[in-house]
Amino acid sequence: MHIMEGYLPASHAAAYAAASAPFLAHGIYSMRRPMRENPSLRLYYGAAAAFTFVLTALKLPSVTGSSSHATGTGPGTLLFGPTAMTVIAFPVLLFQALLLAHGGITTLGANLFSMGIVGPYAAYLAFLATRSLLGQDIGILLAAFVGDLATYLTTSMELALAFPDPAGGFPASFVKFASIFAITQIPLGVIEAFLTLYLFRFLIRRGDEGLFPTGLLQKREPNRNA
Amino acid sequence: MRRMWKGSWSKHLLLLPVVVLAVIPFVMKMPSGQTEMQGTDSMAQESLEKDAPQFKPWFSPLWVPPGSQMESLLFSLQASLGGLALGYILGRLRR
Repeated sequence: MHIMEGYLPASHAAAYAAASAPFLAHGIYSMRRPMRENPSLRLYYGAAAAFTFVLTALKLPSVTGSSSHATGTGPGTLLFGPTAMTVIAFPVLLFQALLLAHGGITTLGANLFSMGIVGPYAAYLAFLATRSLLGQDIGILLAAFVGDLATYLTTSMELALAFPDPAGGFPASFVKFASIFAITQIPLGVIEAFLTLYLFRFLIRRGDEGLFPTGLLQKREPNRNA
Repeated sequence: MRRMWKGSWSKHLLLLPVVVLAVIPFVMKMPSGQTEMQGTDSMAQESLEKDAPQFKPWFSPLWVPPGSQMESLLFSLQASLGGLALGYILGRLRR
């Protein structure tokens, strides 16, 4: 999902940066108060950042014969909410842009938009939409999967807007990039989803209350038959 | 009944799709016309360079790791730093 340095036209790059900046500022602002009230939250945010740091460094092979990485923003969103994930994704993308030539300064806004904003908010909405109907477990599965896929579809959209197909325009170009990114990502998203559910069932049973500051996840699932 | 299910090994079945999907790529044959596993980021870059040859990136990275060895070193550094931080934090939280 890393769009390479200099590959987005300057006007696009500026537009994504302008779109992402308020989310980042709002995220930082909204994290300050809970952190002051509950200092141990710092550690939990740090753990979520470290988790994303690890996952985005690991290019996993997919059954499609290509490799890509998970983002870990779905699970982070379930714990800390989508606004916090924008703040957590930012240093990860900056590190990769500066030290790994992966992504870039000019494309930082676009990459933050896909990984730090669309992914987490899509995961959040997927969870809210399915939790009450299908239960918390299915909600967790879908949130992790949707968060992953939404990020890569956004990258495809960003590239397709910048490089529309000469014949087919934006739709043809979107299909082309989505078939590169999204198809590889589907099996990886399934991996991330099941792994997330496995870990969360453990966390929900054992974790203390501080781990669930948003109250998105319930320690005890309400009885669905009641 | 519910308690029995919770305590049983069946919850570990959740790892089955993870293991299956993760192992297949190691042993499968590459799709035709492809010799090795390729990252999607570079596949997108190549497809873009093929379809829009007139496009030249207007900004280049301030610093590029010299060589792929150095690049994988930095990626493993990233993963190990993240793992270290995660382990440290989780360990602290357990106390």
